[in-house]
Amino acid sequence: MSRLQVVSGKGGTGKTTVAAALALALATAGKRTLLVEVEGRQGIAQLFETEALPYEERKIAVAPGGGEVYALAIDPEQALLDYLQMFYKLGSAGRALKKLGAIDFATTIAPGLRDVLLTGKACEAVRRKDRGGRFVYDYVVMDAPPTGRITRFLNVNDEVAGLAKIGPIHNQAQAVMRVLKSAETAVHLVTLLEEMPVQETVDGIAELRAARLPVGRVVVNMVRPQVLDAEDLELVRTVPRAALARSLSSAGLGGARRGGNAERLVEPLLGQAEEYAERYTLEEEQRSELGELGLPLHELPLFAEGMDLAGLYELATELRKQGMS
Amino acid sequence: MSPDPAQAHETPRARETSRTHDNPRAHESARRLAPARMLDIDPLLDDPETRIVVCCGSGGVGKTTTAAALGLRAAERGRKVVVLTIDPARRLAQSMGIDSLDNVPRRVKGTEGGGELHAMMLDMKRTFDEVVEAHADPERAAAILANPFYQSLSAGFAGTQEYMAMEKLGQLRARDEWDLIVVDTPPSRSALDFLDAPKRLGSFLDGRLIRLLTAPAKLGGRAGMKFLNVGMTMMTGTLGKLLGGQLLKDVQTFVAAMDTTFGGFRTRADATYKLLQAPGTAFLVVAAPERDALREAAYFVERLAAEKMPLAGLVLNRVHGSGAGHLSAERALAAAENLEESRIVDQEDGKEPCNSPDTYGGSDSPSSHPDPGATRADTPAPTGTDAPPDTDAPASADAPDPDPSVDQVTAGLLRLHAERMQLLFREQRTRDRFTALHPEVAVAEVAALPGDVHDLSGLRDIGNKLADNRRELPEPSA
Repeated sequence: MSRLQVVSGKGGTGKTTVAAALALALATAGKRTLLVEVEGRQGIAQLFETEALPYEERKIAVAPGGGEVYALAIDPEQALLDYLQMFYKLGSAGRALKKLGAIDFATTIAPGLRDVLLTGKACEAVRRKDRGGRFVYDYVVMDAPPTGRITRFLNVNDEVAGLAKIGPIHNQAQAVMRVLKSAETAVHLVTLLEEMPVQETVDGIAELRAARLPVGRVVVNMVRPQVLDAEDLELVRTVPRAALARSLSSAGLGGARRGGNAERLVEPLLGQAEEYAERYTLEEEQRSELGELGLPLHELPLFAEGMDLAGLYELATELRKQGMS
Repeated sequence: MSPDPAQAHETPRARETSRTHDNPRAHESARRLAPARMLDIDPLLDDPETRIVVCCGSGGVGKTTTAAALGLRAAERGRKVVVLTIDPARRLAQSMGIDSLDNVPRRVKGTEGGGELHAMMLDMKRTFDEVVEAHADPERAAAILANPFYQSLSAGFAGTQEYMAMEKLGQLRARDEWDLIVVDTPPSRSALDFLDAPKRLGSFLDGRLIRLLTAPAKLGGRAGMKFLNVGMTMMTGTLGKLLGGQLLKDVQTFVAAMDTTFGGFRTRADATYKLLQAPGTAFLVVAAPERDALREAAYFVERLAAEKMPLAGLVLNRVHGSGAGHLSAERALAAAENLEESRIVDQEDGKEPCNSPDTYGGSDSPSSHPDPGATRADTPAPTGTDAPPDTDAPASADAPDPDPSVDQVTAGLLRLHAERMQLLFREQRTRDRFTALHPEVAVAEVAALPGDVHDLSGLRDIGNKLADNRRELPEPSA
């Protein structure tokens, strides 16, 4: 099992939720995981129903079996200052630089630099050991940028190579790439059973593979419950309307006669079934398209009432059951 | 569901009317706190004063599709329209017959009516290049385009896409070739990035630090600058160490070249910003009836107001409805259970009429419509007239339908309906929350489609739904 688990996905597919559930799932049985956020949206804090996360590793949840989930929202500016402090012993000069806007400048000047700082921090957590020589975190889970940008984000080496040909940033990029391209890392993509997210997933995987980044698993999120199966749908297509009306009537929904309450339900109910059938076919198509990727596929149920802490733990259990952790 | 004549447009020019107006059933069961105002799309699109429509909202709510559908509708109503999309899904580009969308507006074929539809996709790098080429002499332009810092900035700076979308909009508007420009906004992580990014890029490129960095080149030798230069050397030294000296030099030459060739990014950013505030621009916030999307929409509405930008209304995509809205989820589920239980009972000791508390009829007479051979095709569609007194009876025990699979199908249909009604109720609650916060915002609702749009007629269909969204309103549950 790779120790750095990167979770990406098209916007709106719930990648933050999946990343958090994965961090919980990996923390069971007494393990310790770090959940890392890189886009400054405080999605983790919202999900775990805590106040905004500062730039420090903080315990946010306890997993069944005594495991712990820590969380960290990486702020690129702060990461750069840390970094300068570590290599140059800048002291108060760092603050002066910040005041001048130099730090803001340096982190925005080149998207690659920003990304090196973010991925660098995550890689540092992966490799960090305590005094006894044991890893501080068993796993690091990163809530990464969306599919459209993930390859670029992780492929910092190429990004930075054109800009910083020498210097510590260059060296840092090299070190980060060694971790990211190794078996220590797995990049998972979250999708929905809809055309656009699936297309983006397929494209994203091709890009990751072309960049020789290790692709992990595909997680299909928010899968709707199956109310009617293929057999039911076939019956729906062939059943006489009058028989349906009588059946509705016998269920206590009014008269089956033409114009009766039960009879008047038949048309709209069949209309809804038709819509359902159309979606069902579409979803099956998307499922088989994902199947062709040749990657482990996981499905997580939709929580119609919205995601909350209880739902998160349920998803974590589901992920464990499906062998993702 | 049939159109309710009482709800027809009374004042076609009015942008909104009360949604539940004149619908007694809606009054009875209205759950919404205040009736949302109706957004009337056609007057907005037809008004010759409307020159720019901006579709904004968070990612994944159908923004691009809405922009394309609005463009098509306006064109088919006689206007000359260009749609500027940012990152259309392949299918959507194909639906406009232009899978090779590029930075130049292309005429979309197959539109009806007297107008014209053109479509284009923003190529941010190309647009940036064009800006440089338009404002620099060829030699200088070539130097800028070859600069590694420029290449990184034009391709990847967070906000370049937003900035370039604004730049392109400014260019299109300046050409005055189109009656109406419909703009899609970039798929940012937050809808607000779209408003912030141009300023951020502008202030970044015009900022104090960049000025400092480029100062020596421009002011070199002036006595008063000596002190500053010492500080500069220290600064550039540190940054140079960090980034590698080459990068810093690239930045310096880049900014110097840019600065002398066109009069400051900030000026340009400000100009496009003013264009957005001008009369003739209309913002449409696009959302789906989901908690996060509507929360984002509410932020956006507040932000537009703070920036004095004209908001026309909210487009709510993917709204679900039901033709059987009077049958509640609870009753549908109870009926489904009835059917499944009676199947078990049937197997044990024959049929037993099962009456739910809501059974309508009282008579036990057998169904007078024993038409087992009837197929769906020859049963007329139910009319949407007012409910006639329901005097007919539930089917009795000896109805000629021994096939248990029919009950199974019926139970399935009822469960499906219950799920739909629950969804519908949740959507309504989410909408109500938005309406309570922003009762002033007019809303247009578009029914959910099972699949993606593949062609012009699909877009036209969405346009129709947008313009006539009243019929898509779910019937209130009784």
